[in-house]
Amino acid sequence: MSNTRHNNRGPIAVVEKICVIGASLAGLRSAEALRREGFVGALTIIGAEEHLPYDRPPLSKEFLSGEFGEDRLPLRSAPYEELGVELLLGTRARSLDIGSKRITLSSGQMVDYDGLVIATGATPRMLPIANGLPGVMTLRTIDDAVRLKAALDARKRLCVIGAGFIGSEVAATARGLGLNVTVLEAAEQPMLRGVGLLIGETLAKLHRDNGVDLRTGVTIESIEQIGEVVRVNLADDESVECDLLLLAVGAAPATEWLEGSGLTLDDGVVCDSTLLAAPGIVCAGDVARWPNTLFGGESMRVEHWTNAVEQGMHAAKRLLVADSEASEFSTVPFVWSDQYGIKIQAAGRFSGEDRMELVHGSLDEPHFVAIFERKGKVSGVIGFSEPRRVMQYRRLIAAGTAFDEAVAASS
Amino acid sequence: MRIAVNFDLCKSNGVCMASAPEVFEVRDDGYLYLLQEEPGEEQREAVEEAARLCPTRAITIEGQSL
Repeated sequence: MSNTRHNNRGPIAVVEKICVIGASLAGLRSAEALRREGFVGALTIIGAEEHLPYDRPPLSKEFLSGEFGEDRLPLRSAPYEELGVELLLGTRARSLDIGSKRITLSSGQMVDYDGLVIATGATPRMLPIANGLPGVMTLRTIDDAVRLKAALDARKRLCVIGAGFIGSEVAATARGLGLNVTVLEAAEQPMLRGVGLLIGETLAKLHRDNGVDLRTGVTIESIEQIGEVVRVNLADDESVECDLLLLAVGAAPATEWLEGSGLTLDDGVVCDSTLLAAPGIVCAGDVARWPNTLFGGESMRVEHWTNAVEQGMHAAKRLLVADSEASEFSTVPFVWSDQYGIKIQAAGRFSGEDRMELVHGSLDEPHFVAIFERKGKVSGVIGFSEPRRVMQYRRLIAAGTAFDEAVAASS
Repeated sequence: MRIAVNFDLCKSNGVCMASAPEVFEVRDDGYLYLLQEEPGEEQREAVEEAARLCPTRAITIEGQSL
């Protein structure tokens, strides 16, 4: 049986074999949505890791601290048989031929498709000066997390390069485990470009109050492995010695395999506003760049958990409908982070350059909500341990509420 | 439709409240309150979205795998 879609001119698209590249959150949720939407054809999921799809956010928090075991990580509780999917794990897509609708895998196997979901995620950025040093790690996969956890259990001094989400969460977890932790950040404050000076200072204080040696505005000259010790040499003759160095300097979309495929690549796979990258090809999750009409068509690539779920589901539906029936994917991006018992949540779009207004609480507590303005509208919100209010402002952002009105709504 | 929340898993991110505000509410005490355990069918789409978007997968709809 095939999936044939009709419009008033008759059948317009037949999709019989769909291939999902990427076996993590976006890929799995898209496969599940395809079945819910009534797709009965052949469905294949290809994953680079050996593991069944699992949840990544706990890897820097509950899993790393030992609060959770691996049994809490699987992303699907129902049997995979119910999904009717062929899972090819431990093999990665090596190239895509759009003309013949064929993917070549690292194993040499070829897979044909007539519908394709690209959900290959992102890979941690490396620092060339740290290449090949045994005491240097990154964190993305469960294998990374198992290695990092074993190292944290055995070592005393952790140094983290990068005070973004992953770096900050691992620093917080490691402090909880009793390690000495140094965090090195190139900017003047943690997440400065993202949240601005005031909230950056609040984040810095949070680290320092919890015993982290946070050094901001640093320039790293070189990194050396001396026996078991890693030494990070900074400009102005300072250095930091540690037993373990975590690089947490962001991630790059996993698109190398698509070079030369004919798809447009620009810090992600460029899609239209419906998540279509080319006829019969959709994207979801960290790898997808698309214009978000809720924000004036701003081109975005969002590496957050919620976005992977929403895009996975939307991309699945997109693949099954005709162009004329396709709906746009628009969302208010949302992210959360748990550090030192504080729930940090942010939604929408904002940066340190946007006008900010503190609408609840105080930065000193720290228990507050701040909102940001772009073009007269409330465009973003960040809250510390204020989930109810963050979600209320997220709705105001989705509704395109004027900034002044949003400020007034707080009083 | 009968809903269950596993409060041991819930971390009060409040994403469910954005999807289905008539069913889920995170209050100022930081806890999630289930406003209706058996909401009407008109809430089904919103509740299903809430369950799928829950970062800790704490929401289940009886008799339904998402």
